[in-house]
Amino acid sequence: MDTPMERTGHPPVYTHRKPPLPETPEQLRARIPGWGADLDPADRPSYPREIAAETGAHWDLPEPQPEHGERERSMEHGMLTPVFGTAQPLQGLSGVVRRYAYRRHSEGKAAHWLLLLAADRVDVAEHVLRSFATLRPDNPITETGIRAEVKHGSSRFGKGRSDIRHQAIDPVVNGAPWVAGALAAAWAVRRVARRAG
Amino acid sequence: MRAMVYRGPYRVRVEEKPDPRIEHPNDAIVRVTRAAICGSDLHLYHGMMPDTRVGHTFGHEFIGIVEEVGSSVQNLQVGDKVMVPFNIFCGSCFYCARGLYSNCHNVNANATAVGAIYGYSHTTGGYDGGQAELVRVPFADVGPSIIPDWLDDEDALLMTDALATAYFGAQLAEISEGDTVAVLGAGPIGLYAARSAWLMGAGRVVVIDQLPERLEKARTFAHAETINFNQVDDVVLEMKKQTDHLGFDAVIDAVGAEADGNMTQHLTSARFKLQGGSPIALNWAIDGARKGGVISVMGAYGPIFSSVKFGDALNKGLTLRMNQCPVKRQWPRLLEHIRSGYFKPSDIVTHRIPLEDIAEAYHLFSAKLDGCIKPVIIPDAS
Repeated sequence: MDTPMERTGHPPVYTHRKPPLPETPEQLRARIPGWGADLDPADRPSYPREIAAETGAHWDLPEPQPEHGERERSMEHGMLTPVFGTAQPLQGLSGVVRRYAYRRHSEGKAAHWLLLLAADRVDVAEHVLRSFATLRPDNPITETGIRAEVKHGSSRFGKGRSDIRHQAIDPVVNGAPWVAGALAAAWAVRRVARRAG
Repeated sequence: MRAMVYRGPYRVRVEEKPDPRIEHPNDAIVRVTRAAICGSDLHLYHGMMPDTRVGHTFGHEFIGIVEEVGSSVQNLQVGDKVMVPFNIFCGSCFYCARGLYSNCHNVNANATAVGAIYGYSHTTGGYDGGQAELVRVPFADVGPSIIPDWLDDEDALLMTDALATAYFGAQLAEISEGDTVAVLGAGPIGLYAARSAWLMGAGRVVVIDQLPERLEKARTFAHAETINFNQVDDVVLEMKKQTDHLGFDAVIDAVGAEADGNMTQHLTSARFKLQGGSPIALNWAIDGARKGGVISVMGAYGPIFSSVKFGDALNKGLTLRMNQCPVKRQWPRLLEHIRSGYFKPSDIVTHRIPLEDIAEAYHLFSAKLDGCIKPVIIPDAS
Protein backbone atom coordinates (compact mmCIF):
# COMPACT_ATOMS: atom_id res chain seq x y z
CA MET A 1 0.00 0.00 0.00
CA ASP A 2 1.29 3.46 -0.81
CA THR A 3 1.82 5.70 2.16
CA PRO A 4 -0.24 8.90 2.33
CA MET A 5 2.93 10.82 1.50
CA GLU A 6 3.61 8.72 -1.59
CA ARG A 7 0.07 9.30 -2.79
CA THR A 8 -0.06 13.04 -2.17
CA GLY A 9 3.56 14.19 -2.08
CA HIS A 10 3.19 15.54 1.45
CA PRO A 11 2.48 14.04 4.89
CA PRO A 12 -1.17 14.42 5.91
CA VAL A 13 -0.23 16.41 9.01
CA TYR A 14 0.21 19.48 6.82
CA THR A 15 -3.50 19.27 6.02
CA HIS A 16 -6.41 18.88 8.48
CA ARG A 17 -6.32 15.10 8.08
CA LYS A 18 -5.07 12.68 10.70
CA PRO A 19 -2.69 10.01 9.36
CA PRO A 20 -4.59 6.81 8.58
CA LEU A 21 -4.27 3.80 10.87
CA PRO A 22 -2.99 0.45 9.57
CA GLU A 23 -5.95 -1.47 11.02
CA THR A 24 -9.68 -0.81 11.38
CA PRO A 25 -11.43 -1.11 14.76
CA GLU A 26 -12.97 -4.39 13.56
CA GLN A 27 -9.55 -5.81 12.74
CA LEU A 28 -8.17 -4.68 16.09
CA ARG A 29 -11.11 -6.18 17.97
CA ALA A 30 -10.53 -9.49 16.19
CA ARG A 31 -6.77 -9.49 16.82
CA ILE A 32 -6.48 -8.18 20.38
CA PRO A 33 -8.36 -9.68 23.35
CA GLY A 34 -10.49 -7.02 25.02
CA TRP A 35 -9.83 -4.28 22.48
CA GLY A 36 -12.14 -1.36 23.28
CA ALA A 37 -13.54 -2.86 26.51
CA ASP A 38 -12.81 0.42 28.29
CA LEU A 39 -13.54 2.68 25.35
CA ASP A 40 -16.13 4.53 27.40
CA PRO A 41 -14.26 6.65 29.99
CA ALA A 42 -17.06 5.85 32.46
CA ASP A 43 -15.71 2.28 32.55
CA ARG A 44 -12.26 3.49 33.61
CA PRO A 45 -11.81 3.27 37.39
CA SER A 46 -9.81 6.49 37.68
CA TYR A 47 -12.24 8.57 35.67
CA PRO A 48 -13.04 11.13 36.87
CA ARG A 49 -9.94 11.77 38.90
CA GLU A 50 -11.81 12.53 42.11
CA ILE A 51 -14.80 10.57 43.37
CA ALA A 52 -16.72 10.18 46.62
CA ALA A 53 -14.92 7.04 47.80
CA GLU A 54 -16.26 4.26 50.04
CA THR A 55 -13.13 2.93 51.70
CA GLY A 56 -14.17 0.84 54.68
CA ALA A 57 -12.84 3.41 57.14
CA HIS A 58 -14.96 3.55 60.31
CA TRP A 59 -13.41 6.72 61.72
CA ASP A 60 -13.22 10.37 60.79
CA LEU A 61 -9.72 10.94 62.12
CA PRO A 62 -7.89 7.70 62.90
CA GLU A 63 -6.97 7.27 66.53
CA PRO A 64 -3.30 8.11 67.06
CA GLN A 65 -0.62 5.46 67.10
CA PRO A 66 1.26 5.52 70.42
CA GLU A 67 4.63 7.24 70.21
CA HIS A 68 7.62 5.53 71.72
CA GLY A 69 10.44 8.02 71.60
CA GLU A 70 11.28 10.71 69.10
CA ARG A 71 9.56 10.61 65.70
CA GLU A 72 10.87 13.04 63.09
CA ARG A 73 8.37 14.67 60.76
CA SER A 74 8.26 17.01 57.81
CA MET A 75 7.82 20.61 58.97
CA GLU A 76 5.19 20.94 56.23
CA HIS A 77 2.87 18.72 58.29
CA GLY A 78 0.67 20.49 60.82
CA MET A 79 1.03 17.59 63.27
CA LEU A 80 2.48 14.14 63.54
CA THR A 81 0.38 11.89 61.33
CA PRO A 82 -1.97 9.53 63.24
CA VAL A 83 -0.09 6.53 61.88
CA PHE A 84 3.60 6.38 61.05
CA GLY A 85 6.37 3.95 60.27
CA THR A 86 8.74 2.78 62.99
CA ALA A 87 11.17 0.80 60.88
CA GLN A 88 14.55 2.44 61.54
CA PRO A 89 14.52 5.25 64.15
CA LEU A 90 17.12 8.01 63.98
CA GLN A 91 20.48 6.99 65.39
CA GLY A 92 24.15 7.89 65.27
CA LEU A 93 25.72 10.70 63.26
CA SER A 94 23.38 10.05 60.34
CA GLY A 95 20.51 10.59 62.77
CA VAL A 96 21.92 13.97 63.72
CA VAL A 97 22.07 15.04 60.06
CA ARG A 98 18.59 13.69 59.34
CA ARG A 99 17.10 15.37 62.42
CA TYR A 100 18.61 18.68 61.26
CA ALA A 101 17.24 18.19 57.72
CA TYR A 102 13.72 17.59 59.06
CA ARG A 103 13.78 20.40 61.64
CA ARG A 104 15.49 23.06 59.59
CA HIS A 105 14.34 22.67 55.99
CA SER A 106 10.94 22.16 54.36
CA GLU A 107 10.51 19.70 51.49
CA GLY A 108 10.52 22.70 49.18
CA LYS A 109 14.23 23.25 49.75
CA ALA A 110 16.92 21.28 47.95
CA ALA A 111 18.95 21.38 51.17
CA HIS A 112 16.38 19.11 52.84
CA TRP A 113 16.83 16.36 50.29
CA LEU A 114 20.57 16.79 49.77
CA LEU A 115 21.16 16.56 53.53
CA LEU A 116 19.07 13.38 53.65
CA LEU A 117 21.11 11.91 50.78
CA ALA A 118 24.34 12.87 52.58
CA ALA A 119 23.02 11.27 55.78
CA ASP A 120 22.35 8.08 53.81
CA ARG A 121 26.05 7.87 52.93
CA VAL A 122 27.06 8.56 56.54
CA ASP A 123 24.60 5.87 57.66
CA VAL A 124 26.22 3.31 55.34
CA ALA A 125 29.73 4.18 56.56
CA GLU A 126 28.60 3.90 60.19
CA HIS A 127 27.03 0.51 59.60
CA VAL A 128 30.02 -0.83 57.66
CA LEU A 129 32.31 0.11 60.52
CA ARG A 130 29.89 -1.26 63.11
CA SER A 131 29.57 -4.53 61.18
CA PHE A 132 33.27 -5.24 61.73
CA ALA A 133 32.53 -5.51 65.45
CA THR A 134 29.92 -8.22 64.79
CA LEU A 135 30.08 -11.87 63.79
CA ARG A 136 28.72 -10.90 60.38
CA PRO A 137 30.77 -8.09 58.83
CA ASP A 138 29.62 -6.62 55.53
CA ASN A 139 30.67 -8.80 52.64
CA PRO A 140 30.72 -7.10 49.23
CA ILE A 141 30.83 -10.45 47.41
CA THR A 142 27.66 -11.91 48.87
CA GLU A 143 25.79 -8.64 49.37
CA THR A 144 26.19 -7.37 45.81
CA GLY A 145 24.85 -10.65 44.45
CA ILE A 146 27.69 -10.64 41.95
CA ARG A 147 27.52 -14.45 41.85
CA ALA A 148 24.44 -14.05 39.68
CA GLU A 149 26.87 -13.10 36.88
CA VAL A 150 28.35 -16.58 37.05
CA LYS A 151 25.07 -18.40 37.52
CA HIS A 152 23.29 -16.66 34.70
CA GLY A 153 26.19 -15.77 32.42
CA SER A 154 27.05 -12.39 30.98
CA SER A 155 23.89 -12.27 28.92
CA ARG A 156 24.04 -8.49 28.60
CA PHE A 157 26.89 -8.47 26.10
CA GLY A 158 26.59 -8.46 22.34
CA LYS A 159 23.16 -6.85 22.33
CA GLY A 160 24.12 -3.21 21.89
CA ARG A 161 22.78 -2.21 25.29
CA SER A 162 23.52 1.40 26.18
CA ASP A 163 24.30 0.51 29.80
CA ILE A 164 27.36 -1.41 28.60
CA ARG A 165 28.89 1.88 27.46
CA HIS A 166 29.24 3.30 30.94
CA GLN A 167 29.73 0.07 32.87
CA ALA A 168 33.50 0.41 32.65
CA ILE A 169 33.41 3.58 34.74
CA ASP A 170 30.57 2.50 37.06
CA PRO A 171 32.95 0.93 39.61
CA VAL A 172 34.95 4.17 39.64
CA VAL A 173 31.84 6.25 40.22
CA ASN A 174 30.45 3.91 42.85
CA GLY A 175 33.79 3.39 44.56
CA ALA A 176 34.93 7.03 44.56
CA PRO A 177 33.18 7.99 47.83
CA TRP A 178 34.82 5.02 49.57
CA VAL A 179 38.26 5.91 48.25
CA ALA A 180 37.75 9.57 49.21
CA GLY A 181 36.61 8.50 52.68
CA ALA A 182 39.62 6.22 53.14
CA LEU A 183 42.02 8.96 52.02
CA ALA A 184 40.41 11.47 54.38
CA ALA A 185 40.64 8.99 57.26
CA ALA A 186 44.31 8.25 56.48
CA TRP A 187 45.06 11.96 56.30
CA ALA A 188 43.32 12.53 59.66
CA VAL A 189 45.18 9.66 61.32
CA ARG A 190 48.55 10.92 60.02
CA ARG A 191 47.82 14.40 61.27
CA VAL A 192 46.85 13.16 64.73
CA ALA A 193 49.92 10.91 64.81
CA ARG A 194 52.21 13.80 63.88
CA ARG A 195 50.76 16.02 66.58
CA ALA A 196 51.11 13.23 69.14
CA GLY A 197 54.70 12.61 67.99
CA MET B 1 11.82 -13.48 61.17
CA ARG B 2 13.97 -13.60 58.07
CA ALA B 3 13.91 -10.42 56.01
CA MET B 4 15.74 -8.71 53.20
CA VAL B 5 17.69 -5.72 54.49
CA TYR B 6 19.43 -2.85 52.71
CA ARG B 7 23.12 -2.49 53.63
CA GLY B 8 24.10 0.31 51.23
CA PRO B 9 23.96 1.11 47.50
CA TYR B 10 24.08 -2.14 45.48
CA ARG B 11 24.25 -4.25 48.67
CA VAL B 12 21.44 -6.21 50.33
CA ARG B 13 21.30 -9.36 52.44
CA VAL B 14 18.92 -11.50 54.48
CA GLU B 15 18.97 -11.00 58.23
CA GLU B 16 17.12 -12.19 61.28
CA LYS B 17 14.94 -9.27 62.45
CA PRO B 18 12.42 -8.91 65.30
CA ASP B 19 8.89 -9.86 64.22
CA PRO B 20 6.70 -6.85 63.44
CA ARG B 21 4.03 -6.14 66.05
CA ILE B 22 0.63 -4.46 66.18
CA GLU B 23 1.36 -0.77 66.72
CA HIS B 24 -2.11 0.66 66.08
CA PRO B 25 -5.55 -0.87 66.73
CA ASN B 26 -6.24 -1.13 62.99
CA ASP B 27 -2.97 -2.87 62.15
CA ALA B 28 -2.66 -6.44 60.93
CA ILE B 29 0.41 -8.65 60.73
CA VAL B 30 0.58 -10.60 57.46
CA ARG B 31 2.72 -13.69 56.82
CA VAL B 32 4.06 -13.12 53.31
CA THR B 33 3.59 -15.99 50.87
CA ARG B 34 4.83 -14.23 47.72
CA ALA B 35 6.59 -10.91 47.14
CA ALA B 36 8.04 -9.31 44.04
CA ILE B 37 10.88 -6.94 43.25
CA CYS B 38 9.61 -3.87 41.43
CA GLY B 39 11.64 -1.78 39.02
CA SER B 40 11.21 1.11 41.44
CA ASP B 41 12.91 -0.95 44.18
CA LEU B 42 16.03 -0.58 42.07
CA HIS B 43 16.05 3.18 42.73
CA LEU B 44 16.36 2.35 46.44
CA TYR B 45 18.87 -0.40 45.75
CA HIS B 46 21.02 2.06 43.81
CA GLY B 47 20.91 4.62 46.63
CA MET B 48 18.90 7.23 44.73
CA MET B 49 16.01 7.74 47.14
CA PRO B 50 16.73 10.16 50.00
CA ASP B 51 16.39 8.76 53.53
CA THR B 52 16.88 5.12 52.65
CA ARG B 53 18.22 3.79 55.94
CA VAL B 54 20.51 0.84 56.44
CA GLY B 55 18.45 -2.06 57.79
CA HIS B 56 15.35 -1.11 55.79
CA THR B 57 13.35 -4.00 54.34
CA PHE B 58 12.13 -3.28 50.81
CA GLY B 59 9.09 -4.73 49.10
CA HIS B 60 5.77 -3.09 48.24
CA GLU B 61 4.36 -5.93 46.13
CA PHE B 62 3.25 -8.84 48.31
CA ILE B 63 0.41 -11.15 49.24
CA GLY B 64 0.06 -13.30 52.34
CA ILE B 65 -2.02 -14.72 55.16
CA VAL B 66 -3.32 -12.66 58.06
CA GLU B 67 -1.43 -13.76 61.16
CA GLU B 68 -2.72 -11.27 63.73
CA VAL B 69 -5.19 -8.35 63.80
CA GLY B 70 -5.48 -5.25 65.99
CA SER B 71 -8.41 -4.59 68.33
CA SER B 72 -10.38 -2.38 65.92
CA VAL B 73 -10.06 -4.52 62.79
CA GLN B 74 -13.52 -5.57 61.53
CA ASN B 75 -13.05 -6.68 57.92
CA LEU B 76 -10.24 -9.24 58.21
CA GLN B 77 -9.72 -12.36 60.28
CA VAL B 78 -6.69 -14.44 61.13
CA GLY B 79 -6.15 -16.91 58.30
CA ASP B 80 -7.54 -14.71 55.52
CA LYS B 81 -5.47 -14.78 52.35
CA VAL B 82 -4.99 -11.19 51.25
CA MET B 83 -3.48 -9.03 48.57
CA VAL B 84 -2.14 -5.72 49.87
CA PRO B 85 -1.98 -2.59 47.70
CA PHE B 86 1.41 -0.90 47.73
CA ASN B 87 -0.20 2.28 49.08
CA ILE B 88 -0.71 2.61 52.82
CA PHE B 89 -3.82 4.77 53.27
CA CYS B 90 -6.25 5.72 56.02
CA GLY B 91 -9.46 5.85 53.99
CA SER B 92 -10.76 9.01 55.65
CA CYS B 93 -8.52 12.02 55.00
CA PHE B 94 -9.19 14.78 52.45
CA TYR B 95 -7.44 12.79 49.72
CA CYS B 96 -8.72 9.29 50.52
CA ALA B 97 -12.30 10.60 50.69
CA ARG B 98 -11.84 11.68 47.06
CA GLY B 99 -10.36 8.40 45.88
CA LEU B 100 -6.75 9.64 45.83
CA TYR B 101 -5.49 6.82 48.05
CA SER B 102 -1.90 7.17 46.93
CA ASN B 103 -1.89 10.74 48.26
CA CYS B 104 -3.13 9.90 51.78
CA HIS B 105 -2.22 12.62 54.29
CA ASN B 106 -2.42 10.56 57.48
CA VAL B 107 0.28 7.96 57.02
CA ASN B 108 3.55 9.61 56.00
CA ALA B 109 5.04 11.75 58.75
CA ASN B 110 8.25 12.26 56.78
CA ALA B 111 6.85 14.02 53.73
CA THR B 112 3.78 15.74 52.37
CA ALA B 113 5.04 15.41 48.79
CA VAL B 114 4.26 11.69 48.64
CA GLY B 115 1.94 9.24 50.38
CA ALA B 116 3.12 6.14 52.21
CA ILE B 117 4.47 3.03 50.52
CA TYR B 118 5.60 -0.25 52.08
CA GLY B 119 9.34 -0.73 52.15
CA TYR B 120 10.21 2.36 50.20
CA SER B 121 12.49 4.43 52.49
CA HIS B 122 11.55 6.90 55.19
CA THR B 123 10.68 9.46 52.53
CA THR B 124 7.53 7.39 51.99
CA GLY B 125 6.84 6.88 55.67
CA GLY B 126 9.42 4.52 57.13
CA TYR B 127 7.45 1.28 56.95
CA ASP B 128 9.33 -1.97 56.44
CA GLY B 129 8.21 -3.88 53.35
CA GLY B 130 7.12 -7.32 52.29
CA GLN B 131 10.35 -8.97 51.12
CA ALA B 132 10.27 -10.76 54.45
CA GLU B 133 8.42 -13.49 56.27
CA LEU B 134 6.15 -11.05 58.12
CA VAL B 135 5.01 -7.47 57.57
CA ARG B 136 3.00 -4.88 59.49
CA VAL B 137 -0.06 -3.76 57.48
CA PRO B 138 -1.59 -0.51 58.79
CA PHE B 139 -5.31 0.22 58.22
CA ALA B 140 -6.20 -3.41 57.70
CA ASP B 141 -9.87 -2.49 57.24
CA VAL B 142 -9.03 -0.20 54.32
CA GLY B 143 -6.06 -1.49 52.29
CA PRO B 144 -5.99 -5.28 51.91
CA SER B 145 -8.61 -7.39 50.13
CA ILE B 146 -9.28 -11.09 50.43
CA ILE B 147 -8.01 -12.87 47.31
CA PRO B 148 -10.90 -14.44 45.37
CA ASP B 149 -10.72 -18.26 45.24
CA TRP B 150 -10.49 -18.27 41.45
CA LEU B 151 -7.49 -15.93 41.27
CA ASP B 152 -3.97 -17.40 41.06
CA ASP B 153 -1.51 -16.28 43.74
CA GLU B 154 0.91 -14.74 41.26
CA ASP B 155 -1.90 -12.94 39.43
CA ALA B 156 -2.98 -11.51 42.79
CA LEU B 157 0.61 -10.53 43.56
CA LEU B 158 0.87 -8.53 40.35
CA MET B 159 -2.39 -6.72 41.15
CA THR B 160 -0.71 -5.09 44.17
CA ASP B 161 1.30 -2.73 41.98
CA ALA B 162 2.56 -3.57 38.49
CA LEU B 163 -0.70 -4.37 36.70
CA ALA B 164 -2.71 -1.75 38.58
CA THR B 165 -0.11 0.96 37.95
CA ALA B 166 0.12 0.18 34.25
CA TYR B 167 -3.66 0.12 33.85
CA PHE B 168 -3.85 3.44 35.72
CA GLY B 169 -1.11 4.84 33.47
CA ALA B 170 -3.09 4.02 30.35
CA GLN B 171 -6.10 5.79 31.86
CA LEU B 172 -4.06 8.92 32.54
CA ALA B 173 -3.05 8.93 28.87
CA GLU B 174 -6.70 9.83 28.12
CA ILE B 175 -6.81 7.49 25.12
CA SER B 176 -9.65 7.89 22.63
CA GLU B 177 -10.58 5.44 19.88
CA GLY B 178 -7.92 5.32 17.20
CA ASP B 179 -5.24 7.19 19.15
CA THR B 180 -1.60 6.43 18.51
CA VAL B 181 0.13 5.49 21.76
CA ALA B 182 3.85 5.19 22.44
CA VAL B 183 5.03 3.36 25.55
CA LEU B 184 8.57 4.07 26.70
CA GLY B 185 9.99 1.04 28.49
CA ALA B 186 9.13 -2.63 28.03
CA GLY B 187 9.42 -3.68 31.64
CA PRO B 188 6.37 -4.97 33.52
CA ILE B 189 4.67 -1.56 33.66
CA GLY B 190 5.32 -0.82 29.99
CA LEU B 191 4.10 -4.23 28.86
CA TYR B 192 0.88 -4.03 30.88
CA ALA B 193 0.36 -0.38 29.89
CA ALA B 194 0.57 -1.38 26.23
CA ARG B 195 -2.02 -4.11 26.81
CA SER B 196 -4.20 -1.63 28.69
CA ALA B 197 -3.98 0.95 25.90
CA TRP B 198 -5.70 -1.50 23.56
CA LEU B 199 -8.55 -1.91 26.06
CA MET B 200 -9.10 1.83 25.85
CA GLY B 201 -9.35 1.71 22.08
CA ALA B 202 -5.88 2.66 20.88
CA GLY B 203 -5.41 2.46 17.12
CA ARG B 204 -1.67 1.83 17.30
CA VAL B 205 0.62 0.95 20.20
CA VAL B 206 4.38 1.26 19.80
CA VAL B 207 6.73 0.13 22.61
CA ILE B 208 10.25 1.59 22.80
CA ASP B 209 13.12 -0.09 24.66
CA GLN B 210 16.63 -1.40 24.02
CA LEU B 211 16.46 -5.01 25.24
CA PRO B 212 15.63 -7.47 22.45
CA GLU B 213 13.97 -9.99 24.77
CA ARG B 214 11.69 -7.33 26.23
CA LEU B 215 10.80 -5.96 22.80
CA GLU B 216 9.94 -9.50 21.75
CA LYS B 217 7.63 -9.71 24.76
CA ALA B 218 6.07 -6.40 23.70
CA ARG B 219 5.26 -7.90 20.31
CA THR B 220 3.90 -11.22 21.59
CA PHE B 221 2.40 -10.41 25.01
CA ALA B 222 1.30 -6.82 24.31
CA HIS B 223 0.52 -7.14 20.56
CA ALA B 224 2.51 -3.94 19.97
CA GLU B 225 4.89 -2.60 17.34
CA THR B 226 8.37 -1.92 18.67
CA ILE B 227 11.34 0.42 18.27
CA ASN B 228 14.79 -0.50 19.59
CA PHE B 229 16.25 2.91 20.41
CA ASN B 230 19.76 1.56 20.01
CA GLN B 231 19.04 0.69 16.40
CA VAL B 232 17.91 4.16 15.33
CA ASP B 233 20.01 7.32 15.21
CA ASP B 234 17.46 9.54 16.88
CA VAL B 235 14.51 8.02 18.68
CA VAL B 236 12.44 11.22 18.71
CA LEU B 237 12.86 11.59 14.97
CA GLU B 238 11.88 7.94 14.57
CA MET B 239 8.73 8.58 16.63
CA LYS B 240 7.86 11.42 14.27
CA LYS B 241 8.54 9.33 11.17
CA GLN B 242 6.36 6.53 12.54
CA THR B 243 3.43 8.94 12.85
CA ASP B 244 3.74 10.74 9.50
CA HIS B 245 5.58 13.59 11.28
CA LEU B 246 2.66 14.31 13.62
CA GLY B 247 3.93 12.73 16.84
CA PHE B 248 2.01 10.36 19.10
CA ASP B 249 -1.39 11.30 20.53
CA ALA B 250 -0.31 9.89 23.87
CA VAL B 251 3.00 8.78 25.35
CA ILE B 252 3.37 6.73 28.51
CA ASP B 253 6.67 6.98 30.42
CA ALA B 254 7.14 3.56 31.98
CA VAL B 255 10.86 4.03 32.65
CA GLY B 256 11.48 6.65 35.28
CA ALA B 257 14.52 7.70 37.23
CA GLU B 258 17.21 5.45 35.79
CA ALA B 259 16.56 5.85 32.11
CA ASP B 260 19.52 5.06 29.92
CA GLY B 261 20.23 6.22 26.39
CA ASN B 262 21.98 9.52 27.18
CA MET B 263 25.31 9.20 28.98
CA THR B 264 25.31 12.67 30.60
CA GLN B 265 21.80 12.43 31.95
CA HIS B 266 22.30 8.87 33.16
CA LEU B 267 25.57 9.63 34.95
CA THR B 268 24.38 12.84 36.61
CA SER B 269 21.25 11.15 37.92
CA ALA B 270 21.57 7.40 38.35
CA ARG B 271 25.28 7.46 39.20
CA PHE B 272 26.13 10.83 40.78
CA LYS B 273 22.60 11.36 42.25
CA LEU B 274 22.65 15.03 41.22
CA GLN B 275 19.13 14.82 39.80
CA GLY B 276 15.95 13.31 41.20
CA GLY B 277 15.93 11.06 38.20
CA SER B 278 17.27 10.75 34.69
CA PRO B 279 14.72 12.59 32.54
CA ILE B 280 15.70 10.87 29.28
CA ALA B 281 12.44 8.98 28.86
CA LEU B 282 10.37 11.95 29.98
CA ASN B 283 12.11 14.23 27.50
CA TRP B 284 11.64 11.71 24.70
CA ALA B 285 7.96 11.57 25.66
CA ILE B 286 7.64 15.35 25.53
CA ASP B 287 9.42 15.59 22.18
CA GLY B 288 7.80 12.50 20.66
CA ALA B 289 4.21 13.50 21.44
CA ARG B 290 2.14 15.52 19.05
CA LYS B 291 1.21 19.09 19.92
CA GLY B 292 -1.81 18.99 22.22
CA GLY B 293 -0.98 15.40 23.14
CA VAL B 294 -0.98 13.74 26.54
CA ILE B 295 1.97 12.44 28.56
CA SER B 296 1.29 9.90 31.28
CA VAL B 297 4.16 9.48 33.72
CA MET B 298 4.26 6.11 35.47
CA GLY B 299 8.03 5.86 35.85
CA ALA B 300 9.13 6.76 39.37
CA TYR B 301 11.23 9.86 40.06
CA GLY B 302 12.81 11.09 43.29
CA PRO B 303 12.00 14.37 45.05
CA ILE B 304 15.05 16.29 43.81
CA PHE B 305 14.90 18.41 40.65
CA SER B 306 15.40 16.88 37.19
CA SER B 307 16.34 18.67 33.98
CA VAL B 308 13.03 18.21 32.20
CA LYS B 309 12.43 20.00 28.88
CA PHE B 310 9.54 21.94 30.27
CA GLY B 311 9.60 24.61 27.57
CA ASP B 312 8.82 22.04 24.91
CA ALA B 313 5.92 20.76 26.98
CA LEU B 314 4.58 24.27 27.35
CA ASN B 315 5.00 25.30 23.73
CA LYS B 316 3.41 22.09 22.46
CA GLY B 317 0.41 22.51 24.71
CA LEU B 318 0.89 19.09 26.24
CA THR B 319 -1.16 17.67 29.06
CA LEU B 320 1.10 16.02 31.64
CA ARG B 321 -0.68 13.59 33.94
CA MET B 322 0.90 11.55 36.68
CA ASN B 323 0.48 10.11 40.14
CA GLN B 324 1.31 7.06 42.15
CA CYS B 325 -1.48 4.63 41.38
CA PRO B 326 -4.41 4.43 43.80
CA VAL B 327 -4.26 0.65 43.53
CA LYS B 328 -7.42 -0.48 45.24
CA ARG B 329 -9.54 1.72 43.00
CA GLN B 330 -8.39 -0.33 40.00
CA TRP B 331 -9.15 -3.77 41.43
CA PRO B 332 -12.87 -4.31 40.69
CA ARG B 333 -12.47 -3.52 36.98
CA LEU B 334 -9.14 -5.36 36.72
CA LEU B 335 -10.68 -8.48 38.23
CA GLU B 336 -13.38 -8.30 35.54
CA HIS B 337 -10.71 -8.05 32.85
CA ILE B 338 -8.77 -11.00 34.27
CA ARG B 339 -11.95 -13.10 34.43
CA SER B 340 -12.72 -12.14 30.84
CA GLY B 341 -9.28 -13.35 29.80
CA TYR B 342 -8.04 -9.92 28.72
CA PHE B 343 -5.15 -10.11 31.18
CA LYS B 344 -3.06 -12.97 32.54
CA PRO B 345 -0.79 -10.92 34.80
CA SER B 346 1.65 -13.67 35.75
CA ASP B 347 2.62 -14.21 32.10
CA ILE B 348 5.45 -11.75 32.59
CA VAL B 349 7.02 -13.48 35.60
CA THR B 350 10.42 -14.76 34.50
CA HIS B 351 12.16 -15.76 37.75
CA ARG B 352 11.09 -17.27 41.08
CA ILE B 353 13.81 -16.90 43.71
CA PRO B 354 14.01 -17.89 47.41
CA LEU B 355 14.29 -15.02 49.90
CA GLU B 356 17.65 -16.40 51.01
CA ASP B 357 19.06 -15.55 47.55
CA ILE B 358 17.81 -11.96 47.64
CA ALA B 359 21.20 -10.39 46.83
CA GLU B 360 21.48 -12.38 43.63
CA ALA B 361 17.86 -11.60 42.77
CA TYR B 362 18.54 -7.86 43.01
CA HIS B 363 21.69 -8.08 40.92
CA LEU B 364 19.97 -10.25 38.31
CA PHE B 365 17.10 -7.78 37.98
CA SER B 366 19.25 -4.65 38.19
CA ALA B 367 21.74 -5.81 35.55
CA LYS B 368 18.89 -7.30 33.48
CA LEU B 369 20.64 -10.65 33.21
CA ASP B 370 19.10 -13.84 31.89
CA GLY B 371 16.16 -12.06 30.26
CA CYS B 372 14.81 -11.07 33.67
CA ILE B 373 11.57 -9.08 33.43
CA LYS B 374 9.81 -9.83 36.72
CA PRO B 375 11.37 -11.69 39.66
CA VAL B 376 9.10 -13.16 42.34
CA ILE B 377 10.48 -13.77 45.84
CA ILE B 378 9.41 -16.81 47.84
CA PRO B 379 9.89 -16.20 51.59
CA ASP B 380 9.39 -19.80 52.65
CA ALA B 381 11.01 -21.68 49.80
CA SER B 382 11.50 -24.79 51.94
